[in-house]
Amino acid sequence: MVVKGVIKNKVYFDSVSLMRIGSELSSMEGVEDVAMVMGTNENKSILQVSGMLLSEFSDSNGNDLLIGIKANSDEIVSKVLDKMESLLESLQKGDSSSTTFVPKSIDGALKTLPQANLAMISIAGKYAANEARKALNRGLHVMIFSDNVSIEDEISLKKLGKEKGLLVMGPDCGTAIINGVPLAFANKVRRGDIGIVGASGTGMQEVTSLISNFGGGVSQAIGTGGRDVKKEVGGIMFLEGLKALKNDKNTKIITLVSKPPHQEVIDKIAFELKGCEKPVVALFLGADKEQLKDFPAEICRTLEETAQKSVELSLQLSLMREVDFTNDDILKEKAKKTSNQKYIRALFSGGTFCDEAGILLRDHLKEIYGNHSGKGILPLENLFMSQKHTLIDLGEDDFTVGRPHPMIDFSLRNKRVIQEASDLECSVIILDVVLGYGSHPAPDAELAPIITKALSINPKLTFISYVVGTDADPQNRKQVISALQNAGSLIVSSNRVATLFALEIVK
Amino acid sequence: MSIDNLFSGSIQVVNLGLNSFLEALKESNTPHVQVDWKPGLDVEQSIIAKVDKHKEKIDQANREVTDIIASGSPFLVGMAQAFEVIPRMHKKLILHAGPPITWDRMCGPMRGAIIGALIYENLASNPQEAEKLASSGEIEYAPCHEHNSVGPMAGIISYSMPVFIVKNKTFGNETYCTQNEGLGKVLRYGAFSEEVVNRLRWMETTLYPTLKKAIELFGEIDLKGVISQALHMGDEVHNRNRAGTSLFYRIIAPAIVRTSENREDAAKVLEFIHGNDHFFLNLSMPASKAILDAARGVKYSSIAVVMARNGTDFGIQIAGDSKKWYTGKALVPDALFFPGFTKNDANPDIGDSAITETAGLGGFAIAASPAIVQFVGGNASDALNYTMEMYEITTSESRYFQIPSLNFRGTPTAIDVRKVVEKNITPFIDTGVAHKEPGVGQVGAGVLRAPSEPFEKGYIGFASLLDD
Repeated sequence: MVVKGVIKNKVYFDSVSLMRIGSELSSMEGVEDVAMVMGTNENKSILQVSGMLLSEFSDSNGNDLLIGIKANSDEIVSKVLDKMESLLESLQKGDSSSTTFVPKSIDGALKTLPQANLAMISIAGKYAANEARKALNRGLHVMIFSDNVSIEDEISLKKLGKEKGLLVMGPDCGTAIINGVPLAFANKVRRGDIGIVGASGTGMQEVTSLISNFGGGVSQAIGTGGRDVKKEVGGIMFLEGLKALKNDKNTKIITLVSKPPHQEVIDKIAFELKGCEKPVVALFLGADKEQLKDFPAEICRTLEETAQKSVELSLQLSLMREVDFTNDDILKEKAKKTSNQKYIRALFSGGTFCDEAGILLRDHLKEIYGNHSGKGILPLENLFMSQKHTLIDLGEDDFTVGRPHPMIDFSLRNKRVIQEASDLECSVIILDVVLGYGSHPAPDAELAPIITKALSINPKLTFISYVVGTDADPQNRKQVISALQNAGSLIVSSNRVATLFALEIVK
Repeated sequence: MSIDNLFSGSIQVVNLGLNSFLEALKESNTPHVQVDWKPGLDVEQSIIAKVDKHKEKIDQANREVTDIIASGSPFLVGMAQAFEVIPRMHKKLILHAGPPITWDRMCGPMRGAIIGALIYENLASNPQEAEKLASSGEIEYAPCHEHNSVGPMAGIISYSMPVFIVKNKTFGNETYCTQNEGLGKVLRYGAFSEEVVNRLRWMETTLYPTLKKAIELFGEIDLKGVISQALHMGDEVHNRNRAGTSLFYRIIAPAIVRTSENREDAAKVLEFIHGNDHFFLNLSMPASKAILDAARGVKYSSIAVVMARNGTDFGIQIAGDSKKWYTGKALVPDALFFPGFTKNDANPDIGDSAITETAGLGGFAIAASPAIVQFVGGNASDALNYTMEMYEITTSESRYFQIPSLNFRGTPTAIDVRKVVEKNITPFIDTGVAHKEPGVGQVGAGVLRAPSEPFEKGYIGFASLLDD
C-alpha cells in the first residue's frame, strides 16, 4: 500500500467538482481511496477523520488543492495523478454540449409548441387511448399508430373527435399524409388534388405511391385504422374524413381505400356521397359485387387500378401504361422449371398485398394456403412451413411478437426466402419492398444478398419483386430496383402485376 | 369545422412514442416536439376516473391554493425559546423531522440527535442514560410539521432550543425553526459529542440573545425579498445558501453591532454566521412552510403542502387532506461523498428541508444555481432540464422567485399530486447526506427523486374524500 499526498498551490476548485473527480479516481483499479479538498481548516479536519491528513499537507492553506491517494503501487499513484490532471483540465474548459429539454407529457409539449395541432401516438396500446383523449381535449387532431386499443375506447375517442371536429386516425393507423407531410409509415408523394380516405395502411402506401408515380398527386391521405369500417365503430372517421375531403378546396378527386366495410357502413358512405360534386373512386378490396350495387362511385378491384383511375380523373386523360411482362418473359421462366416446381410462395410485409394477391389468384388456382384465410384461401397447418401455393403476411402478430415489423426487420423473411428456395416444389417467390418513412433505410442491402443466395441454392427459381414508393422517398428507389435486378429478381410495378405474372408462370 | 382548418393551415406535431417518426417531420420542416412519455404511477383506473370526474372542482380549489401561495409574505419577526412559542411544547416533547415515527423505527442520525438533545436539556448526563430515557416511553415524539415547525436533517427541536419566528403577514400564521449549527459534527446530522452539545449551549446563551436583540431593532426582515435576491445570486436556498446567508449577514451585521452589549460576543456571532454557508437554510425553510401552511385545509385541493423525511419514511401532506400523512420508504440519495465515505455509509433521505421544494425552491429551482450542478451530472443544461421537468407537475409559476437562466421565468410552484401520479414524475430534491450511524455527521450531499409510494397513497386517500 502506498499513501501519497500532493499539493497543487494557488488553484481553486469547488468542493462538489472535487468530490466528483475524487470519486471517479477512487474507482480506478488498484486505488483504495482518493481525497481531493481545498486546504481549509474545516477540510483538514475532515481528512483527519478519514485518516488522510498526510504530513505533506501541514504547510498548506485554503488556496491550495490537497490530493491524498491510497493505492497499491507508485505506478498506480502516478496513473491517478495523470488522470486527475486531465479531469481538472476538462473541468476548467467546461463542457459546452447542451441537451435540450424533452417534455414528458402532452401538456409539457404544448408549453414548448403551443401551436401544435396534431398528436401522433405510438406508445403501448394499453395507454394510447388515455393520451389520445387528453390530446383531443386540448384540441389536437390525433393519429394513433398503436394497436391493442379496445374497441370501446376507439368508439368513445371517435365520438369525442367527431363532436369536437377533430380527426381521430386509428388506432392501428399506419399511414397518413396530411398537408403533404408523411406521417408514420408513409411515402413522399407528389402533392395534388386526389384526396384519400383509407382504412388500410399498406393499401394507402401503394395507392399514394402509384398515384405519384403515374404523374398525379395527393392532397390529403386520411387513415382511419382497419376497424373503423366495422359495424361497431360504424365508419365514424371514414365518414368524417370523407366530409372533410368534400369541403377541402384542394381536393378534386376523392379516393376510398378499404377492405369491405360492414353493409351498414357502406350504406352510410353511399348516403354521404349522394350529391357529391367531386368524382369518387372506391376500392373495397374483395367486396361482393352485390354489396356495392348502386354505390355512387367508380368501383375498382385492385390498388393499382384505383391509383390509375384516380390519376386519370385528376389529369383527365387515359394513362398509357407500359407492360411489365410479355409472353416471351413468361415462356422464358416456364422453360427453366422442373416438373416439380409448381407453386407460388408470396412473402409479404404488407397485409393488404396478401389480401389482394388472394383475391386475384383464388379464381384461377386451387390449393392456396395462407395466414389471411378466407374465401378461396385455406389456413396453413403450420405458419412457419409453406404448403402448395402460400401467401403469407409476415406482419401478423404471430411473426412480430418480440421483434419489429418486417418492413423494418428483414431477418425473418430472409430466413423464409432461403427456406422456400430449398423446397423443390417452389417455383415463384413474390416479395414486396416497401419504401418510405418508417421502413428499413436500405432494403436492398438486406434483400439482394438473400436473393443471390437463394438462386445459388436453386437457379431455376423465379423472383418477382415490386417496390412500393417513389423516387423522393428517403431510400433510393432506383438503386433499390437495380440492386434487386442485379441479384436476379424480376421487377414489376405493382402487387397486381407481380401476382398476375406469377400466376402465368405456374398456370 | 376544424378539420378544414387543419387542411388549410399547416401542421405542427406532438410525437408521443417512436422517435423514428420524427424523420419525416424534420425533413419537411414541420414544427414538432417529441414527448418522453412513460406510464403513470400504479393507481387503479377506477380511482383515476373518479378524480377526473371532479376535475373542475379540484382545479378551482388548486387555483385558490396557488393564489394563497403566491400572496404569502414570510417575515422574520423575532426569536424565542421553543417552549415560549411552539404550540403544546413541554419538557419531555421532542420534535423531529418528517412524518411521525416511534423510537424503535428511527434511523441512526435521528437517534443520535435525540441523545444529544436530551443531554443538552439536562435530562440525561451521558449518551447511555439518554438512550435509555429515549427508549423508555417517557419521551413524547412528534413531527415538527405538526407543531408549526420545521427542522433540517434530523430536525430535532427540544424545549429550550432557541427558534426563529417567521410570520406570513398576509395570513397571520407563524412557523418556527432552530438556528443552523454549521457543517461537520452537528446535532442535526446525529452527532452528540461534548463539542456538539457545547455549541448548542453557546447558541442558546450567546448567538440567540445577540440575534434576538438585533432582529428586534428591525422589527421584521422580509424573507421573501432575500430569497428572490438569493436566487438571482446562484442559490436555490436548499443545498446552496451562500448568497442568502451573505444577504442576511449584510442586513443583520450593523444591528448586531448596535445592540450587542459585548463586542467580543458580537464578533463571535458575526464570525459564526460568516463561517456557515447554510445559516440561511433555517430561514428559507420556515419561510417556505409559512407560505404553504396558509393553504392547508382548502377542500378539494390536490396540492402538496408538505414533503418531509425522517430518515426512515418519506411523507407528504395534501392541502385538501392536510391532517393526514401519506408515507413510503425513504430512499438513499445519489450523492457525492466526502473523502473516505461511500454510499454504504449513507443514511436514507432525512429532513424537513424538502419544504423548500414543496414551495418551488431547492431542487425545483436548481437551474438558478449553476454552482451546484455537479450534483446533477455536471452540466448547467442538466440543471435546467430538472427545473423544466418540475413544471410538468406543478400548477403555477412563482411571481417572485425567478430563474435568471430561464429568462427570469418563475420557479415551478405548487405540486399537484394528480400530475405526479398521471405523469409518473416525482419531485426532484436536493439534499445533504447523513452517516447512517449516530454521532458521525454529514458524509456528502446530492440529489434524489421523491419515492412514488407516498404520492400513490396520497392520491388514493385524496380520492376517497371525493363523492362517488
